[in-house]
Amino acid sequence: MSLLATKNLSAFYGDFQALFVVNVSVEQGETVAIIGANGAGKTTFLRAVAGTLPTAPEMVTFDGEPIGHRTPHDIVRLGIAMVPEGRRLFPSLSVEENLLLGGHSERKGPWSLRRVYELFPRLRDLRHLPAPALSGGQQQMAAIGRALMANPRLLLCDELSLGLAPVVIRDIYQCLGAITAEGTTVVLVEQDINRALDASARFYCFQEGRLALTAPTKNFDRAAITAAYFGL
Amino acid sequence: MTEPERVERATRASRAFAAVVAPALVALAALPWWGDAGWMRLVGEMAYYVALAQLWNLLAGYAGLVSVGQQAYVGLGGYALFYLTGELNINVYLALALAAPFAGLISIPVSFAVFRLRGAYFAVGTWVVSEVFALSASLIAVLGAGSGLSLTPDILREVAPDHGGRDAILYLMSLSSAVLVVAVVYLLLRSRHGLALTAIRDSEPASASLGVNTFRTKLIIYVLTAACTGLIGAVIFLQKLRISPEAGFSINDWTVVVIFMVVIGGIGTIEGPFIGMLVYIVLRELLADYGTYYLILMGAIAIVVMLKAPLGIWGFIVQRYDLQLFPVGRRLVLTRSPQASE
Amino acid sequence: MAWLNILIQGSLLGGIYALFAVGLSMSFGIMRLVNIAHGDFIVLSAYVALVVTQGTGLDPISSLIVVVPVMFVLGYAIQRGLLNQTLSGGLLPPLLVTFGISVIIQNGLLQGFGAYTQRLHEGAIETASVQIPGGISIGVYPLLVFAVAVVVIGSLQLLFYRTGLGRAFRAVSDDADTAELMGIDNRKLYALALGIAMIFTAVAGVLFAIRTIFDPAAGPIRLIHAFEAVIIGGLGSLWGTLLGGVILGVAQAVGSALSPNWQILAGHIAFLIILVVRPSGLFPRTRDL
Repeated sequence: MSLLATKNLSAFYGDFQALFVVNVSVEQGETVAIIGANGAGKTTFLRAVAGTLPTAPEMVTFDGEPIGHRTPHDIVRLGIAMVPEGRRLFPSLSVEENLLLGGHSERKGPWSLRRVYELFPRLRDLRHLPAPALSGGQQQMAAIGRALMANPRLLLCDELSLGLAPVVIRDIYQCLGAITAEGTTVVLVEQDINRALDASARFYCFQEGRLALTAPTKNFDRAAITAAYFGL
Repeated sequence: MTEPERVERATRASRAFAAVVAPALVALAALPWWGDAGWMRLVGEMAYYVALAQLWNLLAGYAGLVSVGQQAYVGLGGYALFYLTGELNINVYLALALAAPFAGLISIPVSFAVFRLRGAYFAVGTWVVSEVFALSASLIAVLGAGSGLSLTPDILREVAPDHGGRDAILYLMSLSSAVLVVAVVYLLLRSRHGLALTAIRDSEPASASLGVNTFRTKLIIYVLTAACTGLIGAVIFLQKLRISPEAGFSINDWTVVVIFMVVIGGIGTIEGPFIGMLVYIVLRELLADYGTYYLILMGAIAIVVMLKAPLGIWGFIVQRYDLQLFPVGRRLVLTRSPQASE
Repeated sequence: MAWLNILIQGSLLGGIYALFAVGLSMSFGIMRLVNIAHGDFIVLSAYVALVVTQGTGLDPISSLIVVVPVMFVLGYAIQRGLLNQTLSGGLLPPLLVTFGISVIIQNGLLQGFGAYTQRLHEGAIETASVQIPGGISIGVYPLLVFAVAVVVIGSLQLLFYRTGLGRAFRAVSDDADTAELMGIDNRKLYALALGIAMIFTAVAGVLFAIRTIFDPAAGPIRLIHAFEAVIIGGLGSLWGTLLGGVILGVAQAVGSALSPNWQILAGHIAFLIILVVRPSGLFPRTRDL
């Protein structure tokens, strides 16, 4: 049984349909990439999984259990955590307070404040600063750390590389390895195709709300991906 | 060369409504001849409440300025009338006419203060301003201080020499000022200023980016509403014969019921306030023997409407049946079928 | 010396205004909700205390043992049952729903208790005073109220900045959607926030009713004073609210010294002046109004 599975997932913003019958599955321990152009529906997909966008219950299942209708905070307690697009750290809180807040759901697991600081040592130095004082890359690390504090079984990462310099992106993706080594399943939404494909075992390509292509990443023909990405 | 499309304003419903409105107005204007003093008082009250509701709706439902302080201008209009006629011996009709620009002028410096605030804070700010006026009126000797002012018999004789004539004229004043206000609101919303207002209501940033001067539009609406409210206030207190700070600036009499009328009837529509006013009058008359229970009920209804049907009774009807009795919208009508694309 | 007296009396008066403002400040800070019925809840607390004192013979301050839990539950229920549903609809629903609640409370109290003025009686402490050098006498009761205001605000600061719950409140205030993604149940948190705000509203209501006569219509002016204290002090800062209350109190004391009728008006005028000259208040913390 897949850890995460969507069955004919369709999602709407009012009258506008953003996702059309999307079928995705993610196995325990996998790292899966979701790629696609702007507006392809990648973030909508994550929001449907995380519960921010309500759907029919059986359209999203986690460990076989339907969660499409559950609230975001319930879904966190079940073991899904999100690193939101644009980081979305809480500006009134310090770095450490942001991390502690990530642990609000008090799920048990390998991640704690100490372990997060081990993974991102720079954060320990900055921990009493207000979140907005950090650089983009540091904020991204803090956002990842904050999500880890919920000890998720499934980590959803929305556009980790957004607005960051290549060197910084490389550092962040290196940390992903430590995260998956703990057994955490990761879904990576990325516009940076190369990063996403290098980090994942399988990928899904979205195009205008539909699934255009899915395959293992190893040795896959990049030209085919480009074609699917742009809907050619 | 015929135009391939034109913009149409009227709808079938609005045309039907227009056919009914003129005779209805004539019948209402003739009330002094076929109705008694009690009817004139009630219909007159309905008329000025509709006027106040239309004005509040213009401000809140279209310009997005939710004011809980419009009673300030009701009182200002009333006091202006009493002062002009009582102290300055100005003819009562002239005084009525002056009440509107007076209230409008005062609203300009008021706007400097309250426009600093937004949303609910704006609402409470307008309330504070009204309290300031009420308190000031209670301290000024020439305005009768705490006890207020009364209209003298000779001022009343200026309206009409006899009692019956007076009742008729005061009633017609209420009716005609209500018709005037509704006409002003309707024409305003029909014009391109109305289009700008509707845009502001829907999205202020978007309309600003399209070149609508939102600040100036809102200011103009605020001043215009204040002036009209002042006129209605003068008409109201001319009939009440007395004014005091508590009555003139009463939030319960002039704002609470008005807000309920607009919210229940349908905010952001011209038809809504009429319906809301009818609901209010019916409830008030039905529950007259039970003290203020009708207010409690109206409060509860307003809450339920806000939560379940925020567009009010008329809004609900519009959504179901797409009706418009006062044609302020625009529809594109194609007179020639479009060419097939290649 | 007369000026020093005015300053002191006015400052102490500021204590009750700050207490009025605390609940309003909390619901705006956390839920972005301006509770138009806030003043009426203050008055409602006083009536609850009236019923308790008349029924049990307790003195008003002791009656808080009952009044506080009652108001907490009421606040929690109203937020959970009614106000939570208004939060996503824009400006009008919260404003109009709390407006409706205000009218219901006022008229309900009117029907239940009549329009007569009431007062709570605490006894000798109401008129006790201490003398300080300079021939100025300070009322013990106003001093007590001011001290309570300081303690309340200090405790709230501790709550917001030293506890997990306070952290959650601040997070929700910053970004409610992301807070939910962290596992925070916003609906419960908002309900808790109003419940806690009601605790302080209850304290404010009882303390105020010992000193001042009240009737069902006494709510709106309390809302206005709370609002003025918050705006003068600057949104988002609790200590600023205390200072705002003090400034309001001093302005009123100055007006009162000129003529007793001028007291309230002087406060309003000071508020309007500050609004025009420094609209974001003296110590603003939040970015938006």
